Amino acid sequence: MIDNAIDKQDVLKIESLSKTYKSNAKDLTVLKDVNFNIQAGETVSIVGPSGSGKTTLLGLCAGLDKPTNGSVALFGKNISELDEDQRALLRNENVGFIFQNFQLIPTLTALENVTIPLELQGAKKVKEKALELLDRVGLKDRANHYPNQLSGGEQQRVSLARAFSNEPKLLFADEPTGNLDGETGDKIENLLFDLNKEKGTTLIIVTHDLELASRTSRVIRLKSGLVVSDKSN
Amino acid sequence: MNWSFLFRTALADARTQWGKLFLFISSIVLGIAALVAINSFNENIVNDIDKQSASIIGADIVVTGNKAIPEELAEAIQALPGEKSREQELLSMAFVPKNEGSQFVRVKAIEGNFPFYGKLITEPASAAVDFKNNGTALVDKSFMKQFGLVPGDEVKLGDQVFIIEGKLMNNMGASNLGAGFAPTIYIPFANLASTNLAQPGSIIDYSYFHKVPADFDANIWKSENRRTFSNESMRIRTIDDQRENLNEAFNSLNSFLNLVALVSLLLGCIGVASSVFIYVKNKISSIAIFRCLGMKSNDAFIIYFLQILVLGILGSLLGAFIGSAIQILLPKVFSDFLPFTVATEISWSAIGQGLSLGLLVTILFALIPLLEIRKISPLRTLRTNFQEEGTGRRDPLVWLCYAAIILCLTVFLFTLTGSIINALIFMGGILIAFFILYMVSKMIIWAVRKFFPRNWSFVLRQGLANLYRPNNQTQILLVSLGLGTSILSTLFIVQGLILENVNAMDAGAQPNMILFGIESNQMEDLKKTTRDFDLPVVEEVPIVTMRIEGWKGRTKKEWLQDTTVRVRRWAANRETRVTFRDTLDASEKLIAGNFVGRIENPGDSIFISLDEGYAESLNVGLGDEVVFNVQGMLMKTYVSSLREIEFVSMRTRFFVLFPRGVLEDAPQFQVLVTKAPNEDVMAAYRTSVVKAFPNVSVVDLSSILTTLNDILKKISYAVQFMAGFSILTGLIVLLSSLILSKFQRVRESVLLRTLGASRAQILKINATEYLLIGVLAATTGILISLVASWLLVRFQLDFDYKIRFLPIILVFCFVVFITLFIGLWTTRDVVNKSPLETLRKDV
Ligand SMILES: Nc1ncnc2c1ncn2[C@@H]1O[C@H](COP(=O)(O)OP(=O)(O)O)[C@@H](O)[C@H]1O
Ligand SMILES: [Mg+2]
Repeated sequence: MIDNAIDKQDVLKIESLSKTYKSNAKDLTVLKDVNFNIQAGETVSIVGPSGSGKTTLLGLCAGLDKPTNGSVALFGKNISELDEDQRALLRNENVGFIFQNFQLIPTLTALENVTIPLELQGAKKVKEKALELLDRVGLKDRANHYPNQLSGGEQQRVSLARAFSNEPKLLFADEPTGNLDGETGDKIENLLFDLNKEKGTTLIIVTHDLELASRTSRVIRLKSGLVVSDKSN
Repeated sequence: MNWSFLFRTALADARTQWGKLFLFISSIVLGIAALVAINSFNENIVNDIDKQSASIIGADIVVTGNKAIPEELAEAIQALPGEKSREQELLSMAFVPKNEGSQFVRVKAIEGNFPFYGKLITEPASAAVDFKNNGTALVDKSFMKQFGLVPGDEVKLGDQVFIIEGKLMNNMGASNLGAGFAPTIYIPFANLASTNLAQPGSIIDYSYFHKVPADFDANIWKSENRRTFSNESMRIRTIDDQRENLNEAFNSLNSFLNLVALVSLLLGCIGVASSVFIYVKNKISSIAIFRCLGMKSNDAFIIYFLQILVLGILGSLLGAFIGSAIQILLPKVFSDFLPFTVATEISWSAIGQGLSLGLLVTILFALIPLLEIRKISPLRTLRTNFQEEGTGRRDPLVWLCYAAIILCLTVFLFTLTGSIINALIFMGGILIAFFILYMVSKMIIWAVRKFFPRNWSFVLRQGLANLYRPNNQTQILLVSLGLGTSILSTLFIVQGLILENVNAMDAGAQPNMILFGIESNQMEDLKKTTRDFDLPVVEEVPIVTMRIEGWKGRTKKEWLQDTTVRVRRWAANRETRVTFRDTLDASEKLIAGNFVGRIENPGDSIFISLDEGYAESLNVGLGDEVVFNVQGMLMKTYVSSLREIEFVSMRTRFFVLFPRGVLEDAPQFQVLVTKAPNEDVMAAYRTSVVKAFPNVSVVDLSSILTTLNDILKKISYAVQFMAGFSILTGLIVLLSSLILSKFQRVRESVLLRTLGASRAQILKINATEYLLIGVLAATTGILISLVASWLLVRFQLDFDYKIRFLPIILVFCFVVFITLFIGLWTTRDVVNKSPLETLRKDV
């Protein structure tokens, strides 16, 4: 399956990707020969049991880590050929993140957390845009609160607002509901898919929650670092 | 680059944690405060010394000689701008008509307003001026006491009777007449003639005092005229000459104050480095998020660099302010207790130096941990405990920082020690100490892991394991605590030794009377009289006077005419008072050659020992031949050793020391040194000595001793004050790095608490870890300080080293206690609050 032509439609192109950790002289191969393409507008979930390599794969896809073998092309650019700062720029312009443990900066207010990606882009009317998004996730009146003054669900909503603030073409979510109770998780889920529909973002969700996975248009199944199935819903 | 965003983010991020950040700057605040206080203090002491020098010599330029200014020189003297004054001084017998007493005195006939600096202290105070107008006399207080005189009584000098205007309490100017320390009587210049004391042939010392305008450089004038004056046997002295003498006494104080300044700066450096290190550790997850959201690594670095930079500037400013305030206020607060006044001027140069050093230290020492920010991987957002693969290759910028730090510290050390070699040695020492502590911390981590006691209780094992687990603080704490301890304990040890040394010089314990001109056959009787008064015979020395005839094969005259070598006229021309002994005494130190104590056979070569400075003035070295004229007989000798004679010692000092077996039969007189407990005994003893042995002159040293005592008190006050302040700085630096380290352990403790660990168990786990770190850091630090203080004392301060165990044990207990205390204090939050509350409060 070697295809040298870069398809502009491909937001993400993974080719014979593998990742090996060297620990205590014993090599641990976490991902083995993973291949897939993701096109603009797709919603994809990556599922699999714990330890199967989902987070590792996400990290590689988002250009947070470097592969041992194979290549990752984000928006047609091979991330192995970019340096840290170029990858950061790529992320800032095109990518959004949602994390299992929210990852808000504890010393900044909800509003300030949401503005970061915009500020980094040097955008105008930063505050207005951020407040609009906070309003959208129902937290406008909490804009000046610090993360530790917010509940888990509220923190994740702030993080959703932040993820969409730079209008990313591609959004990564690592177990977005993993740290939340069922009801709160459902609310976040709905918000995520609603926002996604509004903005037409390409979405990649890592989860072990099959119900969540069922809401995406495509499911990639991982087991012990191997892709065992790749189906459209 | 979006500076506005970076700056706003830096500010926003700092906003919620001013309290925490204050700890980071506390070390720089205190370090700079100490530095500024010490430098201001130092500057004020230097000014003090200047003033004292001025008041001891009394004028800007003093020309002295044993004749009146000759024609050829009159012009140079006349051309000097400013005020003039002159004095003639001679030794004479003074008669007291009231009780028919008599005593050898120094008569000083004075004209003009000398002293221009300082003043004659008299009782009544007006007498210091009035005697010149009234044709009356000022008489030394011990003389008045000895003869029971009061102002208004009479004293007869030569053919003239003077009414005593007042009692003279101090002695201006150093004595020029070799013969010694006879009591002084001042009379007006115009009244000298009528005494008929100044006859042709009498020995008179002439002094010309000049006060020149501030823009006139006395030293330049001296160097231009020195040679022509000395050709006429006239000597020129300036305030700077006097200052050099005093500075010598202040040298070890100066070294110590410089050491304290260095200590403060180093403590500040350690404080900055360790607190920023821990600060960055706490910021890692935030930085990873920034990076994940697309912030460039340099921008992330700049955000935190800006914070630290602003704090550094604020901290240095605050430090400079506090330092100046302390320097100004403290002596005022304690003025009642202080035996003297310390000038309290604001020293702008000290403030400037403090500010720039503070900023430099902040930047350089913060940069090393801050530069790590650029390497923090965004992957940490996905994996909290992700470790970047910093495989070996260090950031070249970090190396640049280390180089800059070493360079700056060396320059700083150079400005302190004034010698590049010393600066390098100091720098090397600091690096070695750092390296040792670093290795010890590595070894502990290795050893605990290797020999882990698997069968110990869970609690102990947890505590031990904390030493090597990921995110451990063993290295940073051990290095910062260890360095802090070693610096403090070095200071402690050195301070103790200096104080001991100063106390040993205690003027109160020094002999305060010297008896001159004793005939050899009077010695036994005199000693008996002394013992009858219950006074000790501190020293009895035979003195043979001789003149130097020539050396190294040339005559004195040839040496003095040779303009290519610099031979000091005073050294060559003086009548040398020589003694002979077979041992060196306590105030003498052999610095070159071998001391020969005895010549066995008459006719053997005679080996003598010279004072180092005296030998240098004559241009003589070890092994050189020196010929003396001993009462008409020429005696050839060889220099076999050079000695250094301690400055503050009231014993008689001999530039030339002969061995036994040579001068025993030469014409000689004896000197006896003793100590009277108070003025009354002194006066009674003196009266009976002068009555029984009229040829003996008794010299009272107590006023010199009082001055000396003042100086010593000053030194010991300065030492204690500065060391105390610096020790306080050190404590706070230790405290802040410990308190900051607490953020590391809280999360783990909370988790254990959540899992059901009891309060006692958590306390014990933390106690184990902190106790171990405390003990190891204190032990290593103290061992380093023992070596460091030995080297310092031996080579920099130049006195004997003795170990005192008490301060060492105190330092040890203190460091261990404070480490343990703070470690457990940390846990207080955890054990007293609900786990949830603590977990949610993102530390
Ligand atoms: N830095 C690392 N060093 C060694 N092994 C790692 C490292 N990071 C992850 N792993 C291992 O890789 C495997 C996959 O982990 P991960 O991608 O987190 O799985 P998932 O997210 O599917 O639960 C796990 O077995 C984990 O132990
Ligand atoms: Mg995972």
